[in-house]
Order: sequence, then C-alpha cells, then structure tokens
Amino acid sequence: MSDMKIENMRIVEEPKKPLAMNPKKFGLWLFLTTVVMVFASLTSAYIVRRAEGDWKIFELPSLFYWTSIAIVISSITMHMAYLYAKKDNREMVQTLLTITGLLGIAFLIGQFYGWVQLVSSKIYFVGNPSESFVYVLSGLHGLHLVSGVIFLAVVWRKSALGKLVSGNLAQFEMCMTYWHFLGGLWLYLFLFLSLYR
Amino acid sequence: MATTTIQPQTTVHHDDGHEHEHHEGNFWTTYVFSQDHKTIAKQFLITGMAWALIGGLFSVIFRLQLGFPEATLEWLRPVLGGWITPEGKLDPEFYLSLVTMHGTIMVFFVLTAGLSGTFSNFLIPLQVGARDMASGFMNMLSYWFFFLSSAVMFVSLFLSTGPASGGWTVYPPLSALPQAIQGSGLGMTLWLVSMALFIVSTLLGGINYITTVINMRTNGMSFTKMPLTIWAFFFTAIIGLLSFPVLFSAALLLIFDRSFGTSFFLSDIYIAGEALSNVGGSPILFQHLFWFLGHPEVYIVLLPALGITSEIIATNSRKPIFGYKAMVGSMMFIAILSFIVWAHHMFVTGMNPFLGSIFTILTLIIAVPSAVKIFNYVTTLWGGNIRFTPAMLFSLGLVSFFLTGGITGLFLGNSAVDIQLHDTYFVVAHFHLVMGSASFFGMIAGVYHWFPKMFGRMMDDRLGYIHFWMTFVGVYLVFFPMHYIGIAGFPRRYYSWTNFETFSGWTDLNMLVSIAAILTLSAQFIFMFNFIYSIFRGKLAPANPWNSTTLEWTTPRFPQHGNWPGEIPTVYRWPYDYSKPGAKEDFIPQTVPYSETPESNLKHENDLIKLEMGSGSGVVTGNGH
Repeated sequence: MSDMKIENMRIVEEPKKPLAMNPKKFGLWLFLTTVVMVFASLTSAYIVRRAEGDWKIFELPSLFYWTSIAIVISSITMHMAYLYAKKDNREMVQTLLTITGLLGIAFLIGQFYGWVQLVSSKIYFVGNPSESFVYVLSGLHGLHLVSGVIFLAVVWRKSALGKLVSGNLAQFEMCMTYWHFLGGLWLYLFLFLSLYR
Repeated sequence: MATTTIQPQTTVHHDDGHEHEHHEGNFWTTYVFSQDHKTIAKQFLITGMAWALIGGLFSVIFRLQLGFPEATLEWLRPVLGGWITPEGKLDPEFYLSLVTMHGTIMVFFVLTAGLSGTFSNFLIPLQVGARDMASGFMNMLSYWFFFLSSAVMFVSLFLSTGPASGGWTVYPPLSALPQAIQGSGLGMTLWLVSMALFIVSTLLGGINYITTVINMRTNGMSFTKMPLTIWAFFFTAIIGLLSFPVLFSAALLLIFDRSFGTSFFLSDIYIAGEALSNVGGSPILFQHLFWFLGHPEVYIVLLPALGITSEIIATNSRKPIFGYKAMVGSMMFIAILSFIVWAHHMFVTGMNPFLGSIFTILTLIIAVPSAVKIFNYVTTLWGGNIRFTPAMLFSLGLVSFFLTGGITGLFLGNSAVDIQLHDTYFVVAHFHLVMGSASFFGMIAGVYHWFPKMFGRMMDDRLGYIHFWMTFVGVYLVFFPMHYIGIAGFPRRYYSWTNFETFSGWTDLNMLVSIAAILTLSAQFIFMFNFIYSIFRGKLAPANPWNSTTLEWTTPRFPQHGNWPGEIPTVYRWPYDYSKPGAKEDFIPQTVPYSETPESNLKHENDLIKLEMGSGSGVVTGNGH
C-alpha cells in the first residue's frame, strides 16, 4: 500500500503538461478536421443530390489518373525528406523537398489540364450539378494544395537557411502531416467521383 | 522542501523572472491589435453589444408595423428615408430585410461572437490557469475577421436595394435570385461575404479554445476539476468546429449558383412566364446543409450560457453544483445529439414520414439531458444560502426561459404536430424563449458576474435589479402571447395580416407584444448606462467580490498580460467547494491544498494530501526555468 503511494508521488512530481502534444500541431489537426467537414458535407450533398435523379454521367478526365500518381509519389518523397532531416542530411532534404514541391505544382497543372479535358468533352462548370460538383471538389482541393505548396516553400526556405535541424522538426512534421492529408484527400475524392457517378 | 511549497498563496506572489510577461505596448498594440485574451474578450463584448442594440432596434421597428398596422411611421423617415413609403408605411421588402437582419445579427453576431467570443476568450485562460490562449496571434485574427465581417454586414444595411431579405436561413431560390426580392441582389452577396469571414473568425477562435483547454491547463487542473464554464466553452468550440465548415460549403455552393450560373439549388424556375436556364438543382439540399449547421448553432449559442449559469448559480447559492458529472455528461450528450436532429426543421419539406418519426424520436431525446440540467439547477438552489445579485437573477431567468421555452420544443419536435405549427408564431415564441432569451440572459448574467474582473469595478446593483425585472417581465410579455397567436395559425415573417379575415381578431394581442418589446428594449439602455458608467465611475471591486473559488479571482485586480504576476497557481480541488461542513469560510478556493483544511476534509481527501506534497515539489522544480 505504502509502496503504491510512493509510486504515485513520483508520477505527480514531474512538472508534466496534461497532454504531451505541441499546441500548434494540435491546432493543425483541428484545422484538418474543419477541412474534412467541408469535404464531407460537399460529398454528402453530392450523394443526396444524386439520389434525386436527373444526373448526368460522364467519364472523369484521364489526366486525373496521372495527377493521382504524382501526388502519391510526392507523399513518398516528402516522407523520405523527413527521414533524411532526422539524420541531418541537408542536401538530400533540399533535393527531396524540391522534388515534392515540383510534383505538387505538376499536380496542380495536371488538374487544370484535366479541366481543359473536361471542357473539350463538353462538360462545363455551369450545367448539370454532377458536372459542377467535379469542378467544385477538384477546385477546392486544388486551392488547399496551393496552400500546401506555400507551406512547403516555407519549410524549404528554412532548410536552405540551415535552420532545419533534427531536434527541431515540429514545423516540418506539420507540413508533412498537411501534405499527406491533402494527398489522401485527393485519393478519397478521386475514388468517390469514380465510384459514385 | 515540500512543506514550504504546498502553500500556493506564498508561491503565487513569488516573482521569479516573469517580468517579461507584462511588457508595455503602445496604444495600438494594447487596445487595438492586442493579442491579450482579456482585451480581445472586451473587444468581442463591445462589438457584440453594439450589434445587439442594432438588432434590438430592428425588432422594435418591425414590431411597430405588426402591432400598429394603421399607424403612420412618417416620423422614422429621417432615419429610414426611402424605406418609408409615401403613405407613411414601412416598405414591405424592407420589413423582410429587418426580419432577416434581426435574425442574422442576433444569432451570429450577438449570441455566437458576442457570447462565445467574450466569455471563452476571457475565462478559458483565467479559469484553467494559462497565461494566454495557445496562439495569441490567431486569437487577434479571430477578432479582426469578426470585425471585418461586421463591417461588411453593416455596410449592407445602407445599400439602396437593402440588406439580405430572404430570412436568416437564406433559403434559395429566394436568396439566389435578385429578381425574387431586391435584398437578394448586392445585399445577399455582402451577407455571404460577411458570413464567410465570420466562419473563418469562429474557426480561428474555436481551434484556439480547444487547444488551450486541452494543452494549457495548470498543474493539478484535471478535466474533472475544470469549472463547468470551461466544459461548456469546450463543447461549444467542438460543435462550432464541426458545423461551421458545413455552412461554408452551403454558402460556397450558393455563391456559385448566384454568381456563376450553376444549378446546385435551382431548378425549373419561371419568372414572369420565362423559364430560367437553371435545371437539376435541389433547394431542399440547401436546407439540409444549412440546418446541419443551423441546429448545432442553437447549442453553440446556448451551451456557453448554461455554463455561465452553472457557475453563477453555484457561487450565489453557496452550494456545490448538484451533479457535476451529470452536468458535464448532459452537455456532451446535447452536443452529440445536436448533430443528428437537423431534419426536424424540415418536417414539411415532403420528407418520408418514417424518416420524420426517426428525427422526432431523436429530437425528443434532447429533453432528457435538458431536464437533467434544469433538475440540477433547481437542486443546487434547494436549501442554498441564496444571494440575489443581478447576475444570479439573470441566471434564474435563464433557467425559467430554458424550461418554458424548452417545453414547447416537445410540441414542435413532433412531426405530426409540426404540420400545424410550422412557420407560425408558435415557433417564434419557442426559439426566442429557449434560445434567444435564455442565451441572452446567460450573456448578461456573465457580464454582471465578471465585470469586476474585466474592468476592476462593480456594476450598480440597483440599476441591475431594475434592468432584470423590466427585461424578465418584458420578455414573457413579448413571447408568451405569441404562443396563442401561433396556435391560431399566424404565419411568421408576414408583413401584414389585416388583409385576412381570419387573423383580424388578434390585433390587441399583437399590440401588447409590441408595447412589451419597446419596454424590453428600453430596459437595455439602463444596462448600457450602467455598463459604461461603471467602467469609469463604478465602485472599486475587491479581488474576489463574490467569494468565488475559481482561479480568475486569484489574479490581481487588474491582471496584466500573463494574468498572474508570479507563478501560475496550482489547483488542488474541484471548483465547487462552497459551504463545506467544518470549513472556516463558506468557500474554499481551488488553490487551497487539502493539507491546509484538515477540519473540512473528507476521508478520501485526506488520502490526497500526500499526493499534493508530490505536486508541490513539482512546482519547485518548475521554478528553475
């Protein structure tokens, strides 16, 4: 009994924070929750509207397959950059972050040309809601990805200035979380749009 | 070592290198672009009060039309100009704008931003024992986004085509087509811009509130030792975080429909015999999206008021809150249920009756946690040593409105009864009592109660009593007759009933409602005077005027940036140790360890003393940083 008390005492002696998470990281997760809610509501609106009939069915642009591959690869390079950052290999971090950023930009350009493909097959933003939804979902995701690229640029600059050291990777980790999240979000949207036509 | 540090009072005033916390800024950084949570809270409060005045004045103007349909409003021409018709009547379209703006302003700007913005900001860091919010910068942004949103909405009031007028729920197609009503032109565009900014503000604030509550509590402040106010703000922020993005989606699609020609919500519309090009949209879809926010919004408005009331009732009954865990549990249950009842606003949209009965059952279940809360308020009061401060009176007013307004919710939540009552004054009476007046009373109670902490002075009690009785009686006189008017079938939002034979009999009741509305509004000027006068001339407040237990009363009279001059106090007990048998005084602050109160400790609390010694030495090691 007394042993147990001593052990308890030792636990409370540590001046510990109630939760060990960095408040900024926690804030990022809350922000991601709001993004999830935006897309969850839009895709549920899609399902509800689709159930009412008068729904135009069409092929998604073939470019979307390529952009999906690009975003998956960018997530892999992002993660590799992180592994190198933990080992303080600045050169590799720079290279991999650059590749990640370029893949992100390539994704955005690919999405835009995907829209061009849609337009050329006479699928317009203004038309049946099924057509409008594709533009809204991919456009809103693209907008978020732009912010992801900006975040990446901030981290890249930090790395270029030599301020990215293995002991202080919180910002990098947040950027990585956001990037993986946006990649996953696109895969969800793409799968959703392909399956629920 | 441990014996010297178990007395937090002595460590509180230890100055140990925290001077950097209260640095002096210039006028701009101190009062305008402040990152201090207390200043931001006051900014929210004062902006919210300005909006409440505008929203209240609007309601009186349209009540004049409803209560005195024959009277001439020529005397309002200097203010309203062209909105008074040449015959001296209120322009019917402007009437609709007033109704819309009254709803928007009160729900979003006063009871969301004004209530959560003020008290979450002010109380979360002070009551959990943090120097400030998790991110002061985001907190500042939150206010300035709200300010920008307010500015846009305010500008929309002065448009020649008038502000948005499709109702605060902005249902398309009315809100989507400028041809439908003048206010759906530029006024509606500004409404949407303003709401988008407002959503950003709410989310920035909410992320901060949640992060602060979870990550920045002081030593010893476990979840079960948090005051109920903090629990309420915490749940409110979570609800907001999950529901406001959905309003954003709805607004986004509405913007596309209005400005880009898409057809998410529009279909088969003929205007003057001409078909519009929009096909394939569904206006019901908008209602689903809107009410997925709209219903949780009710609790975003109400929960903070309930939290504030819990705190005030316990303090002024000099009794521990009855059923602390039941209070937390019922708030959590309400928060969860709030997301699965939205379709009870849409019973008459032609939904499947089976679905209607599911939503009826879910809605009626909300009565359970609500009743738990009322029961706990009453049992806290029972046998208490009640002090009728103005804050206490307003809290009791809240309990009264929550009950009378909540009971009519049982009728409205029933999909069969709702067919008769939908969109009548019965609905108006219901939500104005349970959500509008209850939350408003919670907000006012909070202002009276925490005014000494906000401004270091006391508000005048006598003016507070006059304010309370005029408002309390006024609110019942306004909304009680509305139940009868509603059961008689009067539809809401109608400009005039005098053209209908059926409704001509109730003019006297409507007149009474309007007179009571004027009385209620005029009482608010007493409050405004009391508020402003007391900021400068009020009696100086003692450090703990209500003999309260929570952490904010351990700060100096004017807490600087950083809140506590020395070490942040450690918390040893729950916040409701009032009138504890055996104790010297009728309250024991959270910062008093059990080892100092052997006379009042319960058996299990004596066992905790050893643990306190442990955490006390933790504070000492914390001194080294």
